[in-house]
Amino acid sequence: MATLTPPPHDRGPAAAPQPPAGPPPRPDAGAGLPGDGRKQFGRRTFLSYLGAMGLGAAAASRIDLVPYRAVDAGHAVKAGAKHQWCMILDLRYCDGCKACTAACQQAHYLPKDQEWIKVYKLQSAAGQTYHLPRPCMMCEDPPCQAVCPVGATFRTDEGLVLIDQNVCIGCRTCMAACPYEARYFNGSKPPPAPRQPFKQNAEWPVPQIEGTVGKCVWCAARLPHGMLPACVAGCPMGVIYIGDLTTDVAVNGQGKLIRIAKFLRENGAVRLKEELGTHPRVYYIPGYGQDLNASSAISG
Amino acid sequence: MTQEPRAGYWLLVGILTAVVALGLFAWIIQLRDGKVVGGYTKDSFWGVYIANFITIIGVSYGGAVVSAILRLTGAGWRAPLTRIAEATAVVTVFVGALCIIPSVGQPARMLEFFYRPNLSSPLIWDSLAILTYGFATLVFFYLPLIPDLVEARKTMGAKAGRLRRLLWEKLSWGWQGGKAQRHLLHRSVGLLAIMIIPLAVSVHSVLAWAFAVSSTRPWWSESLWAPYFVVAALYSGVALVILSVAMLRRMFHLEPFITERHFVRLSYILATLGALYLYLTVADFLPGAYHGQPATLAVFRALLVGSYAPWFWLVVVMGLALPLLIVAMPRTRHTGWIVFAAACINVTFWIKRVLMVVVPATYNTITGTLAPYHFTWVSVSITLGAMAAIPLLLLILFRFVPILSVTEIEEVEEKAGAVAGGGEAVGKSITAAAQAPVPAKAS
Ligand code: SF4
Ligand code: SF4
Repeated sequence: MATLTPPPHDRGPAAAPQPPAGPPPRPDAGAGLPGDGRKQFGRRTFLSYLGAMGLGAAAASRIDLVPYRAVDAGHAVKAGAKHQWCMILDLRYCDGCKACTAACQQAHYLPKDQEWIKVYKLQSAAGQTYHLPRPCMMCEDPPCQAVCPVGATFRTDEGLVLIDQNVCIGCRTCMAACPYEARYFNGSKPPPAPRQPFKQNAEWPVPQIEGTVGKCVWCAARLPHGMLPACVAGCPMGVIYIGDLTTDVAVNGQGKLIRIAKFLRENGAVRLKEELGTHPRVYYIPGYGQDLNASSAISG
Repeated sequence: MTQEPRAGYWLLVGILTAVVALGLFAWIIQLRDGKVVGGYTKDSFWGVYIANFITIIGVSYGGAVVSAILRLTGAGWRAPLTRIAEATAVVTVFVGALCIIPSVGQPARMLEFFYRPNLSSPLIWDSLAILTYGFATLVFFYLPLIPDLVEARKTMGAKAGRLRRLLWEKLSWGWQGGKAQRHLLHRSVGLLAIMIIPLAVSVHSVLAWAFAVSSTRPWWSESLWAPYFVVAALYSGVALVILSVAMLRRMFHLEPFITERHFVRLSYILATLGALYLYLTVADFLPGAYHGQPATLAVFRALLVGSYAPWFWLVVVMGLALPLLIVAMPRTRHTGWIVFAAACINVTFWIKRVLMVVVPATYNTITGTLAPYHFTWVSVSITLGAMAAIPLLLLILFRFVPILSVTEIEEVEEKAGAVAGGGEAVGKSITAAAQAPVPAKAS
């Protein structure tokens, strides 16, 4: 718990955390990519820009004015899909307690070395310590899916990247491909799990199958029923929000509701390794102006 | 002809079988207890099994290309070597392909490669390339064998035993040795020799590209890697051909046919490839070490001066500098030394592959740190078993097929005779050998 400037907040569930006086909102309302985003011109980004200009997107007279999410809108939302899940992690409140990891491991009956949401303790270039919980990014262009030789990894219409462990051959190429180290291999027998209400499947991979790869699934089986993922519910600080891009609403474990587009814009949201063109569905609100993509590890 | 082996043969076969059995036993333990006993940790998703796979598939390539190039350039001295080189290629591609099995977590599901392939995965193209190449090496080994099978049946007579005679008869497909048949055979072998080179290049390139699945893993996505793999494969492959030739020469009394001259010429090929690999190694490291991009630097530092440095420099010294010196100096340019150099190359190039797989695989792309990698008795036993399977299969194979390409040697002799008006020493001994399968003098 080496947070240098803990934001003032109340942990009580009644008073949900309010954003502190963080980085001021950008002057032009529909700010483009935060940080040095303009320099990071990924492959899909480029195409999306072209597409957006070609269609004469109403708001965009200058590229700068493309709202943050609109960059991805082209392939984010599949026609007919009811939801488009996304996650927002407000790093300003994360104190690195790892309650999310524990809740996840308990829910999925995982061995201790599988931290599907892993809290990294990192140091910013300015020397500040901060914590970075890393779930699966649910990339919109997931490298893990592209390299899977047998199509065990797939992406649902609602934007979830899942693994069918009854198909996975355990080659671990996906682990090589994932730029976020989000995947774990079951190298030994998983801990025993009680009988589940339904058969082991990609949305509720409990118990894990030995010899296959597993990863965070955003508790895919809970989402359609309006239940929060284990980590979202388990975070005492209300850091983790689960959201639906189609309705533009996200909620955290404290029951705080936010308008996604506005929240991201006003708080200078970033995504990890934007330059790779994986288009993560996880947005981070950096707390103290740290550059999430250029930090060094204290422990991992 | 098929030679009767010397006494040490059975001892060697026994030892190698024991090692292979140990490997199989270790694999069964791993199947029972999971990949953790094979050295898997959450910090190293790939490890020594992948390195074995690349190493052994790689040496196969050397055998096939050596034989193909020698055939295409019409090198007269090749005749007693091509069969051994081709057999080495067949055996190693077979063993190498099997080496992937202990690496995957659910080996029983591997047939999914065929009935639900994802064409955007490099692994699918990998397996396709290896299967195609494996089939081609088999044909490349088999075609020139046909006339020799007939020949062997004739010369060995009843001594060969029922099993072998039946096998030879079935496999020779009614070969008569007529002009038309010989012409056809020549043309197909020539065509195959041309085809097998790009095929082998493609196999090893695709293998290298399978590592370029992620731009965040340092070193794996270097654009140099495909040619780097190809040259490494050729280099270690020629070294393995030298080793197999040396072993089989001793075991099957081939000293009259395979002389120091052959080893020296093979060593020239070896030295050329070694020099090329040395150059590529510099080309691989220099730009990355210079621009110092953090991820690349972390890996390069570990290799060049860090925890992996002793191994890395061992490869450079024992696998590159020493063999080059041995070939360069006339004093050491002799069979014994050349075989020693080849052995050094094969061992160190396995180490090099382990480094190439393990170091980037243990690099954490979030924290930018390297995790340690550990060997276990299971992974070591499986590795040794795989390595021992190569000489074992070669020794067994040549009990069943003629080790020297008698017809080819004769053809080369005929040509040489027409030009120079007389054969070499080999020419005389070949006729003797055709009559007496066991040469009187075997040193
Ligand atoms: S380990 Fe499983 S999910 Fe990953 S690439 Fe291999 S088959 Fe696909
Ligand atoms: S974070 Fe990794 S595992 Fe998750 S979708 Fe992206 S590439 Fe795949």
